[in-house]
Amino acid sequence: MIDQNKGYVVFTEEMKKTHTILVPNMLPMHFKMISKVMGRSGYRMELLETSGPRIAETGLKYVHNDTCYPAILVIGQFIDALQSGKYDPDKVALILFQTGGGCRASNYIHLLRKALEKANLGHVPVISLSLAGLEKHPGFQLTLPLLMKMMYGVLYGDLLMTLVNQCKPYELERGSAQSLAERWTDRLAEEMTSGGKAGYRQVKANYRCILDNFAAIPMERTDKVKVGIVGEIFVKYSPLGNNNLEQFLVDEGAEAVIPGLLDFCLYCVYNNLLDRKLYGMQKNVQIAYQIAYRYLVDKERDMIEAIRSHGRFEPPTLFTHTIGLVQGTISMGVKMGEGWLLTAEMLELADKGVGNIVCTQPFGCLPNHICGKGMMKPIKEKNPNVNIVAIDYDAGATKVNQENRLKLMLANARQRREEESVNAAVSSLR
Amino acid sequence: MNNEYDLTLGIDIGSTTAKIVVVDGGRVLFEKYQRHFSQVRQKTLELLELAAPYVEGRPFTAAISGSAGLGLAESAGVPFVQEVFATGEVVRRLEPDASAVVELGGEDAKIIFFDGGIDERMNGSCAGGTGAFIDQMATLLGITADELDELSLQSTRLYPIASRCGVFAKTDIQPLLNQGAKHADVAASIYQAVVNQTIAGLAQGKRITGKVLFLGGPLYYCKGLRRRFQETLKLDDEHAVFPEYGRFAVAMGAALYAEESGGVYTMEKLRERIANSSATRDAANLLPPLFASEAEYELFRARHAAATVPEGDLASYRGDAWLGIDCGSTTTKAVLLGEDRELLYTYYSSNRGNPVEIVREQLEKIYALCADRVTIRGSAVTGYGEELIRAAFGVDRGVVETIAHYTAAKHFCPNVDFILDIGGQDIKCFKIKNGAIDSIMLNEACSSGCGSFIETFARSMGFEVDTFAEKGLHASAPVNLGSRCTVFMNSSVKQSQKDGATVEDISAGLSVSVVKNAIYKVIRAGSASELGEHVVVQGGTFYNDAVLRAFEMELGKEVIRPAIAGLMGAYGAALYAMDLRESTLISREKLGDFVHTAKAATCQGCANHCRLTVNSFGGKKKYISGNQCQKGLGLQNAEELPNLYAWKRDALTALEPRAEIRGTIGLPLALGMYELLPLWHAFFTALGFKVEVSGLSSRRVYEKGQFSIPSDTACYPAKIMHGHMEVLLGKHVDAIFYPCLTYNVDEKESDNHYNCPVVAYYSELLHGNMDDLAQTHFLYPFLNINNRKELSKELWESLSAVFHDVTKREVRKAVDAAFAAYENHMLAVRKQGEEAVAWAREHGKRIMILAGRPYHIDPEIGHGIDKLASSLGFVVVSEDSVCHLADPVPVHVLNQWTYHARLYRAARFACENPDVQLVQLVSFGCGVDAITTDEVRRILEESGKLYTQIKIDEITNLGAVKIRLRSLIGALEEKGV
Repeated sequence: MIDQNKGYVVFTEEMKKTHTILVPNMLPMHFKMISKVMGRSGYRMELLETSGPRIAETGLKYVHNDTCYPAILVIGQFIDALQSGKYDPDKVALILFQTGGGCRASNYIHLLRKALEKANLGHVPVISLSLAGLEKHPGFQLTLPLLMKMMYGVLYGDLLMTLVNQCKPYELERGSAQSLAERWTDRLAEEMTSGGKAGYRQVKANYRCILDNFAAIPMERTDKVKVGIVGEIFVKYSPLGNNNLEQFLVDEGAEAVIPGLLDFCLYCVYNNLLDRKLYGMQKNVQIAYQIAYRYLVDKERDMIEAIRSHGRFEPPTLFTHTIGLVQGTISMGVKMGEGWLLTAEMLELADKGVGNIVCTQPFGCLPNHICGKGMMKPIKEKNPNVNIVAIDYDAGATKVNQENRLKLMLANARQRREEESVNAAVSSLR
Repeated sequence: MNNEYDLTLGIDIGSTTAKIVVVDGGRVLFEKYQRHFSQVRQKTLELLELAAPYVEGRPFTAAISGSAGLGLAESAGVPFVQEVFATGEVVRRLEPDASAVVELGGEDAKIIFFDGGIDERMNGSCAGGTGAFIDQMATLLGITADELDELSLQSTRLYPIASRCGVFAKTDIQPLLNQGAKHADVAASIYQAVVNQTIAGLAQGKRITGKVLFLGGPLYYCKGLRRRFQETLKLDDEHAVFPEYGRFAVAMGAALYAEESGGVYTMEKLRERIANSSATRDAANLLPPLFASEAEYELFRARHAAATVPEGDLASYRGDAWLGIDCGSTTTKAVLLGEDRELLYTYYSSNRGNPVEIVREQLEKIYALCADRVTIRGSAVTGYGEELIRAAFGVDRGVVETIAHYTAAKHFCPNVDFILDIGGQDIKCFKIKNGAIDSIMLNEACSSGCGSFIETFARSMGFEVDTFAEKGLHASAPVNLGSRCTVFMNSSVKQSQKDGATVEDISAGLSVSVVKNAIYKVIRAGSASELGEHVVVQGGTFYNDAVLRAFEMELGKEVIRPAIAGLMGAYGAALYAMDLRESTLISREKLGDFVHTAKAATCQGCANHCRLTVNSFGGKKKYISGNQCQKGLGLQNAEELPNLYAWKRDALTALEPRAEIRGTIGLPLALGMYELLPLWHAFFTALGFKVEVSGLSSRRVYEKGQFSIPSDTACYPAKIMHGHMEVLLGKHVDAIFYPCLTYNVDEKESDNHYNCPVVAYYSELLHGNMDDLAQTHFLYPFLNINNRKELSKELWESLSAVFHDVTKREVRKAVDAAFAAYENHMLAVRKQGEEAVAWAREHGKRIMILAGRPYHIDPEIGHGIDKLASSLGFVVVSEDSVCHLADPVPVHVLNQWTYHARLYRAARFACENPDVQLVQLVSFGCGVDAITTDEVRRILEESGKLYTQIKIDEITNLGAVKIRLRSLIGALEEKGV
């Protein structure tokens, strides 16, 4: 029942034993690992893997239709699950991630509660998972060891996602990279929670093992167009949000390059350091943020170094390098939503030669007016060869419109590649 | 090149037309352009049939292009080339010196730039100003697209028409027509809207200059559209090229592509492939049929046939009669009632853009039928054209639409709880509680999934609306089209065509989506029970049985549809007039001499320069429309009520610059500057700068900057910022200042005090997209406005980089002066608010909180809604002038934006005071308001207050707003408030 002091339904300690916590599907690989880790730490977690038009429709029914598409999908997915009859509504809780910023995304949790109320499900507790500690739930507490495991989950998730993306277009047997990643997800989750070998040394050993495994997948290396995906975090990663964009690109004979989730974590931490620098705010917690920042930067470097020294795969870009690229294009004070990170990731992709970029955005996304579409002109001026297409995702937008625009981007990408190879051949003759 | 086959075939299937070219060694042997009415596969086969003689049995290469060709190519396994890419290739080969291409298709607009690296762009998803849009507008005027073009060439002036998307434009055009604007001018204005949209939506900061090619069907056929493009882009005949092959550019591109990478076919083989291509439909996207059996349909019909009204025979009737007229946005309706409320005469028809003429015809007919047996005792008129018709024909009463509809519905169902009216252009819903209208919901311009939409769609598929609706009833698997705006709906239909849906399935699907749009977007209901027990549905759209059935299915309950569903407004108006005994309606004799002329004029009453339409009806009788205030009517001495919007505007424009000592600073009066101008003005004045303010906005200011807007779905208050920067650049200031403020002033009333991302960071976007800002110093430091020490430091760092002699100490002092000025200003605003409230109470006036954001006081952004409210007898106060009079409200959302926190408190103030009403202004594209509107509505409705929302964008016409505000007044009067 609603806690009068807090104004929301609290997830109690008893519920930890009785309730199943439903997790929305944002990053399939990362979230699967994280929910498994938590599942093995005493919570009953279930990652929602439903899809189809009913989800958006349910969302539209219970959320203001002008709200951003990710909110409509996440809330629609929850309510659709609760109404499916698969779960006992008295034994279910929901979990949402909150960053807490000037973007309206901070309101998702409130919109979810309003929607539950409207659907007569107001008694279902909603757990807010946020590092800022916006809400308190006695039954759900992030201990430091659990936090560390989730952190490793993000690292592993990024690594697996990067490797799958680099193998999928070339694998001889369709689906082999994906199933290898899934086997690893299970294995890593189990390892992290079974006690014993959970130290960081083990993580690094796993990196090597994973890399070897992926390198052993039978592949035919052909010359394919590389396409980067950036954008609002939900539609960037979630196949539900972007109509299976990554698979579409692979089917069209391209390789998808997707900057990892760790970048977003680093971005969040780094913004707190910037608050001090720009506004003289948050002085007393600076040390904690600095420690966290350095820790994350180190961990990222280790992973990238592992990939680099292994030699078969293309590593992601160091966050510290990405930061340098953004100078002069957009100020790092732009911190709502994906903020400057969105611009930075486009520059990062261009910097490493991935000149074809899909900028995904929910229709009417406020920060992306500035950091996405608003920065394309300066980015193109700095990198004249870059080929960016902005795609709107929305409950009413249609696949055919999106695919038509993606096809235009791909046609240009292929032509450029041909021109480049002709030029290269000509100059080698000279 | 594949030299083996010189013969090549390009097929381009767009959203509305199919094109084919046969090319032999670079020579075009055959070309054909036809509408496909969504019969994509069949039309392609027909075109191939026509092309067959030119192929003469030789093998050839072929490729398909176009948005509707995508699916066909996929399922037939024929190579596909993206259409913009195809165009680019053709132009590069045929016109190597072209610097840009503008191509308009049925539903897509494209621009290709060749200078400085090829750059190909397509319109985003929220943009419909293309061929289909022109067709829709022609339908609206009741003429063909060709006639529209001819008309446009005779225009003498242009009206501003919103160009964001087709629906918005329609909202501007319809009232223009109803007010009697000249069709030639409207036609040219429609084209101008298409031009503006192409520039604002696609050019995005890149100027369209050099040799420009104009391609695609609409630009091939419409001379007037060509002229508008040429004039707007300032291109002479040498630089604006309209090639003969304009319609076929994409098809030729496909042929070109086929030469290199197309498949090799014989005519038989290609036809066979296309004939056998069948798409599979995704079962998840199908809906259950509307009727499971014919028997079920018969039962349904019988049930609804029962809701009738008695009818009389005018030819034999003797006695008194009352006339009701409903002059709607697209249709005109008339009803004549006898003494027992029996229907003596009814009329329902499209007003073909000239309601005055229609009403005149009808009156003539009615008078003739009445002869001297019948006396008309009274008359009333309702709807968009209410005032015009009333002035023209001396109709006794004007009645607000909501009241007219409620009066009529009550007649059918005395204990009605909910009325849903879907008309040609709007959706109106009223909840009834204790015999009075309890809440009113009207659709926004952006969600007009209404009758005219189905109608135009039916025509675009080659059907009359009745036949089209009939087809939907028998659909076996209606397609799920979503519930978004009409522009999105077009592409949903395109998608379903690609998947092989039949016309029947699409028709039924459209009915379902109109219903879903009304329930979930307009009414915002989660379940049927929210609507109450007795629901009456009406409006012309409900004549469509498919819509009616879809509504009952979605709601899961039976509703009442009166047999005169489309006439309810007129019926209600007639009922409303029935207490009259002596009518002022124009007499039969005078009707014979009736003349009507409409003339355009510009009001010189104030700096707003409203564009007026002056209707004359012979003699001295006149009706003037287009005015935002009473001045345009020549009523100089109309009573001036306190209006906080006007007061704030005056206070901001009265800020005087000091003489220049250090230099001049330009401040753009837009977005957050509307709040902080007193602060920055005082700050720079104290430092010895002359402050140049860009001034209040106007349409012209917007147009000045529209070419550099990169994201056309941003809100109008943001987009207008580009124009303000241009104004300041024109004043040659030394620097322009608009800081980035992640955080706004902390008024300590909310969980946090953010600005919205657009207000906070728009400077970053301006810097990245307006090259001309390099001519001056554009200062946009990130500032902490809640800490004076920090703020001084940050300001000094920013300023001293340009003005080297500025010292830290000076800045610190200026900051203090700035805050003193700001606090004084805010105090004055609050004091004015209190005084306005007190004045209203003293004089017994209603008070309206026009609740928006600080920038909504701008005359161009707020479109003079404050003046309109004032002319309707409200004392207008702003949200920031009264929010201090109520305590903070517990809200169910994260209350983290400074401006929005004021809204909630203002709403509470309205709840606590019976004489105060709140009307919320919402800018289209404001993401934050998706959250605040629901919350403000909840706060008000929990206290039994009416919630009124007005969504504003570029739309300048106040017709719809007026109806909303008058509905509010009508409802208040019924409630006795």
